[in-house]
Amino acid sequence: MLGEGIAQGLMETARNFFGSYFSKDRLTTVQYPEEVRPPAEAARNFPFLIYDGDRREDWQAGMRCVACQICEKECPPKCIYIEKSKDKKPDALGKPQFYPAVFNIDISVCMSCQICVEVCPFEAIKMDTEFELSTDNRFGGLLWDKERLAKSNAYYGEIHPTEAAAVDALLAEERAKVEAKAKAAAAAKAGPSSPNPASTGASSTQ
Amino acid sequence: MSETADQIFVIMQRWLVGHAPAGLQSTFSSLLSVIAILAAFASLFAVTTVLERKGLGRIQNRYGPNRVGPFGFLQPIADGIKSLTKEDVVPQAADKAVHFIAPVVLVLAAFSLYAVLPIGRNMVLANLDAGVLFFFAVGSVMELTIFMAGWSSHNKYSLLGAMRAIAQMISYEVPLILASVTVIMAAGSLSTVAIVEKQGGYTGILPHWFVFTPWGFAGFGLFMIAATAESNRSPFDLPEGESEIIAGYYIEYSGFKFALFFLGEYLGMFAISGLGITLFLGGWAAPFSFLTWIPSYLWFFAKLLAMIVVFIWIRGTLPRLRMDQLMSFAWKFMLPMALLNLVTAGVWRFSPQGALRWLVCGLLVVVPYLLLGRGMMQGWKLEKRIYRFAE
Repeated sequence: MLGEGIAQGLMETARNFFGSYFSKDRLTTVQYPEEVRPPAEAARNFPFLIYDGDRREDWQAGMRCVACQICEKECPPKCIYIEKSKDKKPDALGKPQFYPAVFNIDISVCMSCQICVEVCPFEAIKMDTEFELSTDNRFGGLLWDKERLAKSNAYYGEIHPTEAAAVDALLAEERAKVEAKAKAAAAAKAGPSSPNPASTGASSTQ
Repeated sequence: MSETADQIFVIMQRWLVGHAPAGLQSTFSSLLSVIAILAAFASLFAVTTVLERKGLGRIQNRYGPNRVGPFGFLQPIADGIKSLTKEDVVPQAADKAVHFIAPVVLVLAAFSLYAVLPIGRNMVLANLDAGVLFFFAVGSVMELTIFMAGWSSHNKYSLLGAMRAIAQMISYEVPLILASVTVIMAAGSLSTVAIVEKQGGYTGILPHWFVFTPWGFAGFGLFMIAATAESNRSPFDLPEGESEIIAGYYIEYSGFKFALFFLGEYLGMFAISGLGITLFLGGWAAPFSFLTWIPSYLWFFAKLLAMIVVFIWIRGTLPRLRMDQLMSFAWKFMLPMALLNLVTAGVWRFSPQGALRWLVCGLLVVVPYLLLGRGMMQGWKLEKRIYRFAE
């Protein structure tokens, strides 16, 4: 009969209308500023620089970046600007390294491609998930210096747990190798004639 | 007491008019009524925009606007400020004068419709002898303004929208008026006030509304379908057709002119709902005899809100028709039904009261509906669509 389908449709919409007042599951809307859904683990938007150490004051001392400038060269939209330091400071593995005197990222240019993260040999730059970044100053407010970019390794573990665990394991392994090598070197100094297979193993993987 | 409450606005108007100089009293009296109508229906428009957006949201399992003010009910103020501060863009190739006049005339025509609507007992701006005729005459000015808007914009889409609007509105004006003619036949008057009075009185607790007769029921259905088409609302919103012709005839309107179109469209919808109430639902009369103590204007607005809810519900349910479906529905279903309904109303008028009259008139409505409905549905193949090129 003509009109049957219309009646069925009207019933359906009425069910939705009243149902939305009774069952909260129907409403898929997240009321954003009050309710925030945690981002997916693989979420990313802009890069940040990792420093080791728990205290915020350590951000300069613990920064993993060695100013090798690979990310600056690889960055497709050229949003990274690095100035290498003149002096050196010990890095995470205790080796003296350069550090970035200036490290700026213009996040108004950054396209969140993650290429800087992929090319970094020192696990020093990672992608952040923070997205509430609006500012009333589109030049100064969106050009981030290294202090603004520096975030602790603990924070990285918080936002990307799986990825961070893998990176930590890798770094711990390297650190262990360096320590073993140092120990072997010390042992070699004590007894230069004795053979040391551990040191050769470590040097081959370096 | 209930008598005073019912007539409170009439008494207030008389009292205010009494302060005016003798020569200006009738002008002043009309002016007061006009201001009251402007204020009442403009605020009803504001409330309806929020209710519509919230209702549609709930139908689609969303919240709808809930940010501005308590439960989002101050949203129209924000919308108004926004549309007032927006740039008013007029296309270079547009016919500037007509482009400017179109929304203004639309709103003027929409407000003029309320002149003949009895909002309550003794509450009508102009009790014209040809009230219903006046309503339809002014209503057709709205069609004209839509074509003015579409033509003057000098834009392909707006002209397409305007042409769709004209085709649709002229097609649906025929069943709209034919459905109203049955009421005019039964009431024997074109005056809206007389039509409401004719529906007064109760049998037991039930009122004598025209909708409670077979021809009245069919007429009300036809009237409301045609009214939906006349006010360009979904599922008859082809003239706007966002997904096809972007916004149809008001594509080149921005800022407050767009808001005026919006206002005009809603006012047209309220007015035609008001006419439907006047013709079929007893105007300002209470639905049960024991509820007559509630003021008449409250009943009118309660009925109007109920109609608006139905409009919103329909809009949230039905998809837009195709142009040929629209036309075949108007000419192959609505028109024959409306013509037959005239016969039914005549039979009802001239046959003696009793069960036989109900049976004959009921059959005169139901049988054509079923047959015409079967005719309409012939050739419909509702099956899963197979995409040859997509997928």
